[in-house]
Amino acid sequence: MLRGLWNLTWLEIKIFLREPLGAIGTIVIPVLAFVFLGRATASASGRVPSTSPLNSLLSSGGVPTLVSILITISAVLSLVTIISIYREGGILKRLRATPLRPWTILTAHVLVKLSLTALTMIAMVLAGKRYFAVGPDVPLFSFTIAVLISTLSILSIGFIIASIVPTARFAQPIGAIIFYPMIALSGLFFPIAQFPPALRAVANVLPLSHAASLMQGIWIGEPWSAHVGDVGALAIAFVVCVAISSRVFRWE
Amino acid sequence: MSLNPIAQSHDLGFLSFAQAETLSPHEATTRNPVIQVAGIRKSYGKNVAVDEVSFEVTDGEIFGLIGPNGAGKTTTMECVEGIRTPDRGSISVLGLDPFRDVYELQERIGVQLQQAQLQKRVKVWEAMHLWASLYRKKTAMGDELLEQLGLAEKRDAWFMTLSGGQKQRLFIAMALINEPEVVFLDELTTGLDPQARRAIWELVRGIRERGKTVFLTTHLMEEAERLCDRVAIIERGKVIDIDTPQRLIDRHCPERSVTLATDDPLAQEHLARIPRANGVERHESRFTIRGTGDGFVTDVIQCLSENRIKVTAFRTDLPNLEDVFLKLTGHSIRD
Ligand SMILES: Nc1ncnc2c1ncn2[C@@H]1O[C@H](COP(=O)(O)OP(=O)(O)OP(=O)(O)O)[C@@H](O)[C@H]1O
Ligand SMILES: [Mg+2]
Repeated sequence: MLRGLWNLTWLEIKIFLREPLGAIGTIVIPVLAFVFLGRATASASGRVPSTSPLNSLLSSGGVPTLVSILITISAVLSLVTIISIYREGGILKRLRATPLRPWTILTAHVLVKLSLTALTMIAMVLAGKRYFAVGPDVPLFSFTIAVLISTLSILSIGFIIASIVPTARFAQPIGAIIFYPMIALSGLFFPIAQFPPALRAVANVLPLSHAASLMQGIWIGEPWSAHVGDVGALAIAFVVCVAISSRVFRWE
Repeated sequence: MSLNPIAQSHDLGFLSFAQAETLSPHEATTRNPVIQVAGIRKSYGKNVAVDEVSFEVTDGEIFGLIGPNGAGKTTTMECVEGIRTPDRGSISVLGLDPFRDVYELQERIGVQLQQAQLQKRVKVWEAMHLWASLYRKKTAMGDELLEQLGLAEKRDAWFMTLSGGQKQRLFIAMALINEPEVVFLDELTTGLDPQARRAIWELVRGIRERGKTVFLTTHLMEEAERLCDRVAIIERGKVIDIDTPQRLIDRHCPERSVTLATDDPLAQEHLARIPRANGVERHESRFTIRGTGDGFVTDVIQCLSENRIKVTAFRTDLPNLEDVFLKLTGHSIRD
């Protein structure tokens, strides 16, 4: 039942934009950082030379993928924080005494985070275009889809944390403890193939490695058919996490 | 000054809507039970908050749960609302099981929680608008309710900028947005000034006049006595007695007293002969006569006039719920 979902989503977006630091932190700062980086390395022509290491990192897809994951994780952490603030403050309890379902609340927040992530990405691409020679061969549309799929899957891990974290004070640290090791195991820094077998198994179970492989592959122009396994793994992670969190969800 | 509008709120349409079917409390008690609670128990760890509580609330009445802090009022009410699950016992509200049919139940009831918050930066009208969109039944009385609760000029204010009493009134407005069949109000006038309190009482009576049922908790005895058709007294998780305020008073504190001042030397002699008097106390020229029964005060007046006793002061003291509470629990509700 979707009753209340759009109203709640729209309201949460408005409320988010009213937070003095919210919008600046999630949208403006990453875009500005990106632009400054471009400016600092730009040559006289106003573009980052194609020989610059920055550009080669970009074209290999490693940097855009890492940036996407960081943005996603900051979205997850802020989801976890918001839900725990709502729980601690009794806002969830007040919502409970209405016909609203818990997952409508989570969905609304996911939509807020997804649209903000999308907005940040678009702003970065538009701002970066001036400095970086992103070739016409980069499939931006497909990459955006890959980012959204990855974001949903990673957010679903956030659901579980958000469903049970008792207070806002613990939300950020617990989220960080869970996600930063995942980034290290994602294969972005060290190839998974070189991990010891046990660690490799862990990395393959974690959705972040599949998200990284999917986004990086799509960026460098691999077809979707080469990543069916990644998409499947991300989908399974999503379903499992949603199922778990709907069981453990606590209103207060 | 934002309170002025609510002071006159009883003139507004919302309250006078269906006055044709005004019900007296007597009629109400012969109607169907809307809430049935049978032997519920709820403990938090080792602490038993509610123990073997049973009661019924009938259609169209204002039912109050009264008791001191920590007595188990909120716990009981939240079990009935379906937002807490009792360890034992059964509850039925509007024929629904608050645990199994929780979403269906929420459609038909309105809830004001004792402690609640909203998003800090949500505007008053936005909260009302969101709430209105959550229910199957569509109503457009958001602004009307804000008007009635004296919040019209706070329409665009952020929740975090409201005063405690304004937040409380907003939560009452939100509890009424879906035109609920049963309204739950937990400590409805806590934090309100006397004027706002009276306006809320009027509003609650208006809800009852429209045939709705109201279940409230309070620790203000005056509020219970003036507002409730029936009250249940709860202490340490147990219901001690349930009845109309008047019958509780008659049952537990039937004695009333008259205090008068006179210089008549024969006064004591005459007063002592009043048939229904249980005793006469004297402090210089002041007499306090205690007695039981409705005719007692008339007897005193008759005695005074027959014996031409001149009095310079006269006061009757009727027992109230506060006295009942003291009698039943051995302490005042405020201790
Ligand atoms: N969430 C909880 N966890 C643990 N104990 C609780 C919880 N809620 C209530 N209690 C305990 O249950 C008992 C009854 O509490 P309850 O809130 O029902 O009282 P109340 O009658 O509403 O009091 P008040 O007048 O203060 O609102 C208290 O002893 C309280 O400490
Ligand atoms: Mg309470």
